[in-house]
Amino acid sequence: MYKYDQYDQQMVDTRVAEFRDQVRRRIDGELTEDQFRPLRLQNGLYLQLHAYMLRVAVPYGTLNSTQMAMLGDIADKYDRGYGHFTTRQNIQYNWIKLEDTPDILADLASVEMHAIQTSGNCIRNISSDQYAGAASDEVIDPRPYAELLRQWSSFHPEFLTLPRKFKIAVIASDTDRAAMRLHDIGIQMVRNPNPENGAGEIGARFYVGGGMGRTPMIGPMIRAFVPLDQLITYSEACLRVYNRHGRRDNKYKARIKILVHELGKDEYTRQVEEEFQHLLDQGIEPPLAELERIGQYFADPAWETGLSDELDLSDPDFRLWAERNCHAHKQAGYVIATVSLKPVGGIPGDATADQIRLMARIAKDYSFDELRVTHAQNIVFPHLRKADLYAVWRMLDEAGLGTANLDTVGDIIACPGLDYCSLANARSIPIAQKISERFGSPAKQAEIGELKLKISGCINACGHHHAGHIGILGVDRKGVENYQLLLGGCEGADTSLGQITGPGFDEDGIVDAVEKATEVYLANKQGEERFLDTYRRIGMAPFKEAIYG
Amino acid sequence: MKILTGNDLKTGAVTWWTGVGWSLDVNDSADVGEHGAAIIAREEGARNVFAAYVIDGEKTAEGVRPAHIKDRIRALGPTVRPDLTLKPADPEAVNWVI
Repeated sequence: MYKYDQYDQQMVDTRVAEFRDQVRRRIDGELTEDQFRPLRLQNGLYLQLHAYMLRVAVPYGTLNSTQMAMLGDIADKYDRGYGHFTTRQNIQYNWIKLEDTPDILADLASVEMHAIQTSGNCIRNISSDQYAGAASDEVIDPRPYAELLRQWSSFHPEFLTLPRKFKIAVIASDTDRAAMRLHDIGIQMVRNPNPENGAGEIGARFYVGGGMGRTPMIGPMIRAFVPLDQLITYSEACLRVYNRHGRRDNKYKARIKILVHELGKDEYTRQVEEEFQHLLDQGIEPPLAELERIGQYFADPAWETGLSDELDLSDPDFRLWAERNCHAHKQAGYVIATVSLKPVGGIPGDATADQIRLMARIAKDYSFDELRVTHAQNIVFPHLRKADLYAVWRMLDEAGLGTANLDTVGDIIACPGLDYCSLANARSIPIAQKISERFGSPAKQAEIGELKLKISGCINACGHHHAGHIGILGVDRKGVENYQLLLGGCEGADTSLGQITGPGFDEDGIVDAVEKATEVYLANKQGEERFLDTYRRIGMAPFKEAIYG
Repeated sequence: MKILTGNDLKTGAVTWWTGVGWSLDVNDSADVGEHGAAIIAREEGARNVFAAYVIDGEKTAEGVRPAHIKDRIRALGPTVRPDLTLKPADPEAVNWVI
């Protein structure tokens, strides 16, 4: 894992001191709320429906046990004993007091964490594959490149007041586990496909102009291969063209996806290439030695060799969890395990302080001190010995963290919705709870198989409803919550956007509609088809007929 | 009735104008009539509250009820965490909101 150097630590410590003074001045009346709002937002402090909310960055979703334990301690000391893991691999606290915030940021800084650039029209926390460094299907660990981009984008003076917020994802496998093409910039680390010019070397493939929100778009590829020694320069060119032409006059048309759409991919790309050529002469690219320095922090842990790949699956509950929540590791004898934060009837993404600290202890003792936060609001132990898996599952299960439902209908992504969010139009969490209870039976979940269900409480789409095999969007119909149903979305390698089925439903009606959709799938399923496969084969019509009669 | 709500500057807690000060309980809300803007200007200036705004409400047998669901949830607390609401001991509290 990356370790702060003196510059990182000094930047974060200085920011804490600045914000402490700004909070004092606000409380003393030297700053008005209008003056203070942009300052607190630059430090991740929002005002939500019930209180201040603090969003803490987890760079590319990677944490060590000390950091995770601190997140649990903050939940106890400053909040109400729990935190909410978000769809951007971050964590939010819902009940923060302004006067405590400088102390919280100081506590975070003591473990190399912060809340900088988790709000505002800047480059936000960079997300990545939660299995990075452990998956057998990646060409290289994407995190050193994400870290380089983090350093480049942190406090970048040119990009702190962009037309709108800006989200970057970096992955390194064809199996996209980070919704990469639904980001402002999606970067896939690849081997050079060009046989005449450096075939096989590692570089970056750029997709630009994806996003969800009120105008969902899948980012087109604008460059198949950017050499590593031009990664930052090309990123800078992409941002510069956006910063120059992005629609600052209209908040709803200010994201880069609108610019790419309106200019057209070819014209946007032409301008980026022109800017890129100009920038190449400026010498802004950090030396490759810096990338190599960063890369050393992400070296493989000291694997034990000669471990058995056998698992004792005689406990049926453990077997269910191991088969559902674990993923193949690149190293023999190890496994990647995902802790579902979606117990039946629970609140997606929420974990108590005790649960957070337990996961920290397990990471320290069993997973080379590493954890990952997933954009699906779960937690990953990336490097567990198979020999330890049963003991780990027992500890998790006793703490209410042993739910076996990864990527099933119970593993629902849901934004905080109207229960917490001041932007929301409808509640998301109660819908997630009702659906997870309706489909709570392990047998039912197994019968349905992989089904990614995502719920947003407003058109801003923090719950990624466009990308759900089944998506739900909460809207306000004259002061009454109403829910639209979407089918056919996907955030993986074959990214697609869900289509609305028709008129919306009330709270109970949407749960019934989801169940009818699964019945259509089960009745039409061929072979090993997933819900999404069947939908793509038979189309919307049979689903609409069943749902609306 | 017109009622006035905002957030406590130091804690961020949702507060309601009682006619003489601020309360955490929506049921203490006073009808501000046409005086909301003036009260907001005075109270925000004194840093007793921030992000204040006037909403429609109704005086019911159970107390003051904001007109819009967003403000009712704001008044009660998250419907999915009854233990953190204004009425943690009331199992029917969510019905008051929806």
